[in-house]
Amino acid sequence: MTTLATGTGVRKGTRTEVTQAVVDRRLKVFNGVCVGVLIAFALIWLVPVLWAIDTSLKPNAETTSTTWWIDHPTLDSYRTLLAQGDIWNWYASSFITSLATAAGTVLVGSMAAYALSRMRFRYRWVVFWFILIGIMIPQQALIVPQFREFGALHLLNTYWAVILPQIPAAIAVFIFKQFFDNLPRDLDEAARVDGAGFFRTYWRIVLPLSRPVVAAVAIFTFVWSWNNLLWPLLVLSNPKLMTIPVGLATVQGSYGIRYADTMASAVLGALPLVLIFLFFQRRIVEGIAGTGLKG
Amino acid sequence: MTITADYETVEDRPVRPVDPDTTRVTEHGHARPAWLMMTPFLALYLLFIIGPSIYMMVMSFFDTSLTRPGLGGFAGFGNFAEALGSSDFWSSMWHTVWFTILTTPPLVVLAFVFALLADRASRGRWFFRLAFFLPYILPSAVVALIWLWLYTPQLGLLSKIVTGLGLTEPNWLGDPSLAMWSLAFTTVWWTLGFNFVLYLAGLQDIPRDLYEAAAMDGAAPWQQIRRITIPMLRRTTSLVIVLQIIASLKLFDQPYLMTSGGPNYATRPALEYVYDMGFTDFRTGYAAAVSTLFFILVLAVSAVWVFLTRRQEQGF
Repeated sequence: MTTLATGTGVRKGTRTEVTQAVVDRRLKVFNGVCVGVLIAFALIWLVPVLWAIDTSLKPNAETTSTTWWIDHPTLDSYRTLLAQGDIWNWYASSFITSLATAAGTVLVGSMAAYALSRMRFRYRWVVFWFILIGIMIPQQALIVPQFREFGALHLLNTYWAVILPQIPAAIAVFIFKQFFDNLPRDLDEAARVDGAGFFRTYWRIVLPLSRPVVAAVAIFTFVWSWNNLLWPLLVLSNPKLMTIPVGLATVQGSYGIRYADTMASAVLGALPLVLIFLFFQRRIVEGIAGTGLKG
Repeated sequence: MTITADYETVEDRPVRPVDPDTTRVTEHGHARPAWLMMTPFLALYLLFIIGPSIYMMVMSFFDTSLTRPGLGGFAGFGNFAEALGSSDFWSSMWHTVWFTILTTPPLVVLAFVFALLADRASRGRWFFRLAFFLPYILPSAVVALIWLWLYTPQLGLLSKIVTGLGLTEPNWLGDPSLAMWSLAFTTVWWTLGFNFVLYLAGLQDIPRDLYEAAAMDGAAPWQQIRRITIPMLRRTTSLVIVLQIIASLKLFDQPYLMTSGGPNYATRPALEYVYDMGFTDFRTGYAAAVSTLFFILVLAVSAVWVFLTRRQEQGF
């Protein structure tokens, strides 16, 4: 590296140019090595997913050969699974519960955040801290009391049992509040002076200005709700209502050594979210970066 | 003259700005709509988060059972005493903590290194984002299916690789001393992308001219990383670490799906112990006591996170 750099330096002449050339060359080599190493790791990271797709395209009998080459490529496993029909029920359940959870969280959370951000009322800080506690509460620890509660409400084995406890996400309130706090107040104050009520101002002015944060919270809530296992597993025992993770967990063992079928079910289970991810990649990534949150 | 002046004052007086902090009148006008707009959230929050939390703590003092309605007989601190004296409780708590110890360092360090490397790429960042972040959006059940297949003795891809290297193949999930390592390995693959993205964002916030100035002073890339990047990312790192600890403590899906807590309960985490006690043994009161202890552990770590994020903000 140094030899190369000196070579260019001699040709160039003045001292500053030598240093610049050395630095540039050195940086280029260093960056090249970095990217090379990273590409290697990225490929390793893709292997499990590619292997699953590869296996799913083999006939069941040929999956034990453990080679990447597919002798007789086939979509039989996918055909079998889609014809069986369970997976359609799971898709429907996952879509209904995740969409309802995302919509509910955005609506209810942003309304509360608007009140906390823009309105002055007594006990505001009490409410603030009361909701802040919610960020720290691990919902997974509440399965026992929540299960009894939904049993008493006769809501077990309904979508409500999956949707309702996921809606009051304290973290969403804080993400919205942070965004509203940084939004210029001129516009909604102008609307207030013009006689619009608080709700109208929120609905007509503040919410449309908050598209990026609404999208981020909606996508995240959707993904978490979609991937949630423990709680839906407890409350959904009716196969018709099962979400994708619950359904897959339930049939997991039943494929036995039909590895192609198993991998096809994994690919089908992953497909909707992967498509959503490919579509919203930038937004999702910026959403995490901007809010620094985690479920 | 005086009269005109008076008129002028009245005319010139600005329309009172809607400044909520200063006047009592506005404060009064705010209260009703404010509570109305918070009601939907607060109602659901009380019903499904705060209510159950209190119910859980009450229940932990009773011999509640899943099969009987009502709280059952009062047990005092009996459930807690039993949990704290039970080796099953301690081993499940230890599995959760052990998993956290195994996963947090690689998930923080690797994510940092990968982000650092990706930051040097001028093109194709979408590819790295795709490769590392894609696993994160897979449902745990899908991850489990894929990795159970990779870990399958003799037929799995990992078996092929290890024997291809001339090594004897370990029993990834069947060996009690190795099973947790295998689950940790899978988890690193699964969730690294999240921290990777957090670090990428942190790196983008570092002003480029800092590096340029250092380069002009002759600092090698490695020195730049040590002197500029690592100190500038201190805040990101503390956040990533705390978030990672919280996420790892909530371990349930991977052992439930991949080892059923086995072999011989060697990978059963705290949450699965709660699940087993509450929903297999029907000992709701006891499960509530264990949940309460777990709840306090996670709450304490989360308090650190809240402290870290809140400190930066003004207002409250």
